[in-house]
Amino acid sequence: MRYQFEFADVLAQWPLFLGGAWLTIQLSALATVFGLVIGTLSAIGRRSGHVWIAHFCGAYVEAVRNTPLLVQIFVVYFGFAGLGWKVPIFVAALAALVINLGAYTCEIVRAGMDAIHKGQIEAAECLALTKTQIYWHVVLVPALEKVYPALTSQFVLLMLATSITSQIGAEELTAVANRVQSETYRSFEAYLVVALLYLLLSYLARAAFWGLGLLVFKRRRKLGTLL
Amino acid sequence: MTGSFSINHLEFLLLGASWTIALALIAFVGGGLVGFAVALGRVSSIAPLRWLMASYVLLIQGTPLLVLMFLMYFGVAMAGFEFSPLAAASLSMTIYASAYIGEIWRGCIESVPRTQWEAAECLPLTKLQRMKLVILPQAFRIATPPTVGFMVQIVKNSSLASVVGFVELTRAGQLVNNSIFDPLLVFLTVAVIYFALCYPLTWWSRKFEAKLGRHVLVQAE
Repeated sequence: MRYQFEFADVLAQWPLFLGGAWLTIQLSALATVFGLVIGTLSAIGRRSGHVWIAHFCGAYVEAVRNTPLLVQIFVVYFGFAGLGWKVPIFVAALAALVINLGAYTCEIVRAGMDAIHKGQIEAAECLALTKTQIYWHVVLVPALEKVYPALTSQFVLLMLATSITSQIGAEELTAVANRVQSETYRSFEAYLVVALLYLLLSYLARAAFWGLGLLVFKRRRKLGTLL
Repeated sequence: MTGSFSINHLEFLLLGASWTIALALIAFVGGGLVGFAVALGRVSSIAPLRWLMASYVLLIQGTPLLVLMFLMYFGVAMAGFEFSPLAAASLSMTIYASAYIGEIWRGCIESVPRTQWEAAECLPLTKLQRMKLVILPQAFRIATPPTVGFMVQIVKNSSLASVVGFVELTRAGQLVNNSIFDPLLVFLTVAVIYFALCYPLTWWSRKFEAKLGRHVLVQAE
């Protein structure tokens, strides 16, 4: 096989790639923040004493974790339309990503909360902390610190999964590659460039999460040890 | 309106589901074979082999499966190789699965207690014997729950083969939707079928895990 690589035409479109990468970053960052909030709330819900809330959160997690993101994106996108709401593609894509990430985050955070030793909570009770204080300082924050590595892997996976939103027309990196290859007929090069950009983004994201971990978790910063 | 959802449409979706299963099986077998080699390479004593496998995993885990699909189907076709949608989808799914399965199995191999490796060394077993007779049988038990769990990911991610025109469940849903234009109903049905495929695997994986956990507890006592 002899194939002449011709990157010039593809690379000439760099403003498009830059725009796509920016949208990918926006989608990932917003989905990560909202997904973490929803996931943590669901984890609290799943552990709560109210049977109905626990069942509801459990059903949400199972429904999302056992269906493909692509189908979820279609259901959300057409679901908004079915309700008669006109929402921009960006919002529909973001909503689907948040729903998806929320379920995965829920399971990870729940595992962290379950791993908190009972003695810790009893000790906090003996110190006369209020229930809210215990939940925040003894259960939730240490749980998040414990599962932080697993959470960041999930967030990086989500960043890669934003590529799937191109299927409803979100103009992120993969959609840009589709467009560039149809204009330049250089599909191999276009997808190679985009694959490299994703690789770069995933390393940047890992580095950013590592730094963020040091910033947020005081203990990790001071002692340099994992919980 | 252009007609409503009928039994024929459902039949078409179920046909698509059988292709989803077929693609998932290909990806699991192919990914398992390559992934096994990756896992062994990652724990090998030959440093260049370790680096090679580690960079392979980093490379594949750092790019989306969707881009891999496009690269295989459109990219390689432009370069002169014509792949059928099935071949392109199988190949990209295999590559994708091998990187993840390789990492899962490496973790399992490494989680076999250090003393087992040392004991095998003391019994003058060769490296091959140690792997085959001591480490792998134990790693296999640890590996079962996460491997079954990963099969769920494979089934779900096979939906991305729809972008290269391979008619599996999601693509079948899109085709049905094109003819009756009731997207919400169609894709909810598709979602239910995926759930029916994946949930048993999830359940099975959990059951294995519980069994393993109990066994470990008994051993610890």
